Amino acid sequence: MRSVAVVGIGKTAFGAFPDRDLRSLAVEAGEKCLADAHVSPSKIEAFYLGNFAGPSFVGQNHLAPYIAGAMGINGVPCTRFEAACASSGSAFYHAVASVAAGLNDVVLVSGVEKMTSQTTPKVTEILAGAGDTAGEVRVGATFPALFAMIARRHMYQYGTTREQMAAVAVKNHANGAKNPLAHMRKVITMEQALAGKPIAEPLTVYDCSLISDGAAAVLIAPLERASEFTGKPVRVLGIAQTSDQVALDAKDDITTFRAVQTAAEKAYRMAGVSAQEIQFAELHDCFTIAEIIATEDLGFVKKGEGGPYALEGRTCLRGERPVNASGGLKSKGHPVGATGVGQICDVTMQIRREAGELQLERNSLGLAENLGGSGATAVVTILGAV
Amino acid sequence: MKTGIVYTETVVHAPPEQFASDAPYQLAIVSLTTGGRETVRITGDRVKIGDRVEFAEDRNSIPFYRKC
Repeated sequence: MRSVAVVGIGKTAFGAFPDRDLRSLAVEAGEKCLADAHVSPSKIEAFYLGNFAGPSFVGQNHLAPYIAGAMGINGVPCTRFEAACASSGSAFYHAVASVAAGLNDVVLVSGVEKMTSQTTPKVTEILAGAGDTAGEVRVGATFPALFAMIARRHMYQYGTTREQMAAVAVKNHANGAKNPLAHMRKVITMEQALAGKPIAEPLTVYDCSLISDGAAAVLIAPLERASEFTGKPVRVLGIAQTSDQVALDAKDDITTFRAVQTAAEKAYRMAGVSAQEIQFAELHDCFTIAEIIATEDLGFVKKGEGGPYALEGRTCLRGERPVNASGGLKSKGHPVGATGVGQICDVTMQIRREAGELQLERNSLGLAENLGGSGATAVVTILGAV
Repeated sequence: MKTGIVYTETVVHAPPEQFASDAPYQLAIVSLTTGGRETVRITGDRVKIGDRVEFAEDRNSIPFYRKC
């Protein structure tokens, strides 16, 4: 298997952009990425696109060639991947596999979602389609409701508190306020976070990520060819995609994402590193409880200790292992199909020392965790400096 | 009569479009006495983890449980 490197990155701002359509966002991110890698569209050998619900949000299908064609990429395989909020993490996993296997050399991977043209109740309904529509969704579960039930059980089993969850929101907003591409660049206080409007008890609006538009793209190539594109290649040291039951009520223990645990085990083994060696991480904080559980499932702390770990400030920008220096989904925004590749861009920026005010000192070994639905898909990627 | 224990629960304040008129409403995952779990709606008093519940009725083929 060949070593694979990220040799280019490009992102749009995440936010609510009423005058931008899905394709223009994806094209902007893709063209920024190609410019970053000094490569022309004619050199792209395959295009992998992550998108959750373009057909529902904007009524457009056949999205991969639709976007590729607008960028001048023609005649090559162009494929859309759908894995709920892990759609572009999954696209990235499969793109890396194709380069590692030697099937392709120069591959563009993008993620895009255009969500804000629908009303919030309609967005809630479309997102719920990533759950079990014959069971939990049919009786009235939303994604905030599913994660609220996860939070309730985590609080019950481990004594996790509202303050510990709110600490995640406060931290991620503090970081995102310094990210020029973040959706909500606003510092919030613990008092505000605790007094937020209830969405699904015990979660308030401050526990929930944002409904956003946006796109992100990365260019990957064999490590041995990386110098053709960049002086700062970032190596994919380990990567795994795993799955679990879609329905929350079909899982034995909802306080753990089994798919994240198994993906992490595989990715650590492939990279030859341990959880404790990971210096920083971009984690899938679709809800504050999800970041707490991810720090446990990835082995940063023991099961049940994720809440105190967040509240004690150990994951903040100047903490021992910064989590979501970018602001996370909470503040940066969560255009669901763009999130996975967006995380790869954010980890790459840290390793390339291009993170501006958010630059971390210990920046040579980072991890990205992208979660689909209430844990039915997980993608864990470990990236390192070359 | 189907019975069970509340495994987890939430009260939904931001509903999807088709349940807009129901909000706020309580959902629970119930560990059924006969085995397995089911996601249901709660009618009557609010319930918490560990409470015993029983099947109350189907409304539009949605199962509603209540505290017992």
